[in-house]
Amino acid sequence: MNKKNRGDETGRNDTGFTDLGELQHYDAVDLSRSSVYNERNAAVVINNNNNALQFRPHHHMNFGSGTEMSSIGTGVDTGQFMMHHHNKSAIADNSQQTDTSTDIDTDDKNQFNSGQHGGQIVVDSMEGSMGKIGDPKAYVQQLESSRIKLTHLEQELKRARQQGMFIAAGASGDHNSVVGGNGALAFDMDYSRWLDDHQRLINDLRSAVNTQIPDNELRILVEAVMSHYDEIFRLKSIATKSDVFHMLSGMWKTPAERCFLWIGGFRSSEILKMLGNHLEPLTDQQLMGICNLQQSSQQAEDALSQGMEALQQSLVDTLSVGFTSSGNVGDYMGQMAIAMGKITTLENFLHQADLLRQQTLQQLHRILTTRQSARAFLVISDYMSRLRALSSLWLARPKD
Amino acid sequence: MQYQAATTTDSWRTTSNTGHYYHYNGYNYSYNYVPVKHYPTISTDPLERVAKLASQNAVVIFSLSTCCMCYAVKSLFSGMGVNPTVYELDEDPVRGKEIERALVRLMGSATAVPVVFIGGKLVGSMDRVMGAHINGTLVPLLKEAGALWL
Repeated sequence: MNKKNRGDETGRNDTGFTDLGELQHYDAVDLSRSSVYNERNAAVVINNNNNALQFRPHHHMNFGSGTEMSSIGTGVDTGQFMMHHHNKSAIADNSQQTDTSTDIDTDDKNQFNSGQHGGQIVVDSMEGSMGKIGDPKAYVQQLESSRIKLTHLEQELKRARQQGMFIAAGASGDHNSVVGGNGALAFDMDYSRWLDDHQRLINDLRSAVNTQIPDNELRILVEAVMSHYDEIFRLKSIATKSDVFHMLSGMWKTPAERCFLWIGGFRSSEILKMLGNHLEPLTDQQLMGICNLQQSSQQAEDALSQGMEALQQSLVDTLSVGFTSSGNVGDYMGQMAIAMGKITTLENFLHQADLLRQQTLQQLHRILTTRQSARAFLVISDYMSRLRALSSLWLARPKD
Repeated sequence: MQYQAATTTDSWRTTSNTGHYYHYNGYNYSYNYVPVKHYPTISTDPLERVAKLASQNAVVIFSLSTCCMCYAVKSLFSGMGVNPTVYELDEDPVRGKEIERALVRLMGSATAVPVVFIGGKLVGSMDRVMGAHINGTLVPLLKEAGALWL
């Protein structure tokens, strides 16, 4: 079920709705995986705990993703809130929730509409019910939260349609390999699958390191991790040709990872700096190799950054031509054509940045012994997953 | 060797106005010594010209002034303390275009530039240069060509 959540950017109605109303508990793993999905829409977190309820009278709420406010038309200011997909077992705990879920399953359209009204009803009834009603309050709150989730999903669907994504609606069965189609969507799904495989490989590597297996066996595992990294770079290069802006935006990464984004990925020099002390003991030659690698990756990054700045400036210049002149259509289209050409250069830069990342990892692997490489890959992977965990925690933070 | 060739070329150029070449008419029964002012032909093959230009300096970059990847390559070298010789092909009205076309054929890619030569030898485009830098082969190459001292 987790897989569906995470990969389900299509916003298919069936899986989305069955997740509604599951408020009881969630596990950290679920969070970190679904954070990719939760990225795309403002998520709702609602504790079963009444006093931690997010909705308050006149509470201002904004949808995290920003611009989809208008489609709801609730007529109330909405504040920021989050949604998580929780274990299905939670439904069984509250029969009232189950009722809500099954209602949602049957009739989409009505639910959307009533969901919108539900938004208003939330505020009105909250004023009335606060401190007055006892037990039914919990039911009402959860009912209302479900309606909010519905409106969220409606927004997501609308947005998805606008972006021209193909919504399967349960029609086609196999979505394991998304052939062609939308580059961004395909990559997001490929990436989450890659991440799963990566975690598995890393876990194997970790247990191998801990059990002190012989070097030649360890080398096989290390090589597997290395070629798995090659795989993600291959996927990125395909996706870049299809949708460079999506790759540059880093929307396929979690928020904390995105904070450190450099031209669509991690900074090699930063990773090397982070690795620094964890690789000991190093021979003098290795130490020099690592230092040189850090310096050369830093220099390459600086060069690419400066190139990117120059490109951005030239794009600005292209789009700034002739605001005040009478401006005929021909000139405008000409400038647009030039700007489109510059987007191709953007793809080149992203490609170079990915090459830099890949080559840095390969060089690192070359400098280190098998056991050191294993440790390095473990450290790098743990660091990344800590960033992802931080994102999950941040997404799940209680807001009042 | 390459530097020798370079200086020879230079000497050809500088003495082109004064060089005389005696034309020999090969008939047995008559010799005609006709003084002919002969200008050495500047190579018309653009690739030869590229090779010639590349051999004249330690680090040679063929670039376009509008190309941002070229800007990145130039940044990389200046960041390392190297002073490359840059030929902006769009600023050469006579031969720029044909050199650009020749480079496209040479590199086998749609974009001609940037192309980097070190010590007269072709290193390649940005990806090759960066790859060489990361795997530690660029700096020795630069030192060998005399572009870096450390």
